[in-house]
Amino acid sequence: MDWVVEAQDLVKIYKMGEVEVQALRGASLKITRGEVVAIMGPSGSGKTTLMNILGCLDRPTSGEYVLDGEPVARLNDDQLANIRNHKVGFVFQSFNLLSRQSALSNVELPLRYAGLVDGKRRERAKAALEAVGLGDRLTHRPMELSGGQQQRVAVARAIVNEPAIIMADEPTGNLDSKVGKEIMTLLLNLNKERGTTLIIITHDPTIGEQAQRIIRIRDGVVEDGSKGNL
Amino acid sequence: MNVSVVLIEALESLNSNKMRSGLTVLGIVIGVAAVIAMLAVGNGATASITGSINQVGTNLLFVFSGARNNPDVKNPRPVTLADANALLDQYAAPHIQAVAPVLQGSGIADFGGQTKSTTIVGVTPSYQPVRNISLLEGNFITDAQNLGRASVTVIGVDVADKLFGHRDGLIGETIRISNQPFRVVGVLSPQGGSSFGSEDNEVIVPLTTAQARLLKSRGLDNLDVIYIQAVDFQSVTAASDEISQILRTRHRTPIGQDDFTVFTQESILSTVQTVTGVLTIFLGGIAAISLLVGGIGIMNIMLVSVTERTREIGLRKALGARKRDILVQFLAESSLLSLIGGIIGIMFGWLIAFVVGRIAVATGNNFTPIVGIDSILLATIFSATVGLFFGIYPANRAASLEPVEALRYE
Repeated sequence: MDWVVEAQDLVKIYKMGEVEVQALRGASLKITRGEVVAIMGPSGSGKTTLMNILGCLDRPTSGEYVLDGEPVARLNDDQLANIRNHKVGFVFQSFNLLSRQSALSNVELPLRYAGLVDGKRRERAKAALEAVGLGDRLTHRPMELSGGQQQRVAVARAIVNEPAIIMADEPTGNLDSKVGKEIMTLLLNLNKERGTTLIIITHDPTIGEQAQRIIRIRDGVVEDGSKGNL
Repeated sequence: MNVSVVLIEALESLNSNKMRSGLTVLGIVIGVAAVIAMLAVGNGATASITGSINQVGTNLLFVFSGARNNPDVKNPRPVTLADANALLDQYAAPHIQAVAPVLQGSGIADFGGQTKSTTIVGVTPSYQPVRNISLLEGNFITDAQNLGRASVTVIGVDVADKLFGHRDGLIGETIRISNQPFRVVGVLSPQGGSSFGSEDNEVIVPLTTAQARLLKSRGLDNLDVIYIQAVDFQSVTAASDEISQILRTRHRTPIGQDDFTVFTQESILSTVQTVTGVLTIFLGGIAAISLLVGGIGIMNIMLVSVTERTREIGLRKALGARKRDILVQFLAESSLLSLIGGIIGIMFGWLIAFVVGRIAVATGNNFTPIVGIDSILLATIFSATVGLFFGIYPANRAASLEPVEALRYE
């Protein structure tokens, strides 16, 4: 199988002063390339911690994690930053756009950190915005866009560097149901057209239904993710 | 990320909060302007004083009674006319060209009901070449007048203005000095204020006349100062040694306990330069403190900015910004603040120096503040350093934020 995510026995322990909190207690999961997966679980289950580690925002205390063929569990901060830049695209619940900058500049941001030259950057950012249907909103600032449009800009920013996986953390949480559906459709279409692996963290069951597979997490352990059932 | 992108982004960020950026820049502007203006005033003062000393003549030496730097010397003997004559010995003192013994005291001059308190200066004819004195009209005191204890005087323009109301046609008039009649034989050219007091408010009389009639209390032959002219500028040091040698023998002073002081223009110059140098450093130092305060302002604002933009920093890190990228971004902002402040401050400081110069000219002081390249460089480097130094801590704090924590920050 062509695994894009291979995580084995992930353990994450937070130290809150004297007390140690075990957020992940040996979570293992595998995701194939091009798959659409929903990670679901009640709050406090370790969902966010798992997302942070899968998105290379954080390192596991122990365990192995191979992302797109590269072992990343022991990388340092700058190496992780590089992996995030090239292999992961994030879509957040609250969009997280830079309010001072235009849609185009926002989408260009990951390319800047990748060290691309001006012209090429602009070209690719434009293409990404066109792909999410915002080809006519390049110079608008986030404040001049609706919530759905802002999230589209965020999606464009996530795909602009052609990552191996897109991590979407409650991507429809701040949108009404109609606009939320549009965003889901957009993400699923991108998955279909480009074959980008899509990992959605959610506790909305209707979104879970649209995924090919639901990975349930409870008390820091993955319940049925490793079975690979559809 | 290349430099121009970093700078443009930093400018955009500063521009998005104009009021705050402006006030922060103002702190640096005031600091830099103060440094520039203070150094300019200090340099101007040095140049002005040095200039007026040079005007007096650089091959001039002075001999006073008393030891300036040696508290062991008690009861110094006065310098006398005999000392002055001994210095004229061409064999013992080949580097001395002319000697002008001077007796000096205060007195009152009056004419036709007008009185003026003034300085009485008793001199010999050699005083004129030694002090480089020029006359508006008439002649200086002659040898004959000096030998004959003549009641003649050469008056300064301040005295002329007060007693007569004009400066010309005074030759032959008789004024009274300390209630004794003196015939005016010359009027001094105006000198302007100098660091040695006004030479315009003087009445010059023959030395012998002063000794015998005006300044009798000094004791026979005693002098206040002897002016000595060295042959040329290069021989000032040699002349100084010769004077010391002769006076030591005459005063029979133990070695290292000279009871007189030889002052050269050079030593006065270096003293003055030391004093004004200390003054400049002092002023500059006070100004530098305000620059420091400005720097703390930058640090304060940058810390606020880092806290405010924690989420942004988290997002940038999530999108692949390395520690260095964030560091550079915030350092660029703080450096830009201080750079802009520095540039405006230099111009502003220049303006202050210019205005100070104008005021000085308007009030009749010959004083021009000098804005030197060195002080501009100093202020620029100092303000850039301030920006970098006070930017490092906030920038480092931003760069070392954990992306997970930063993204979660509300």
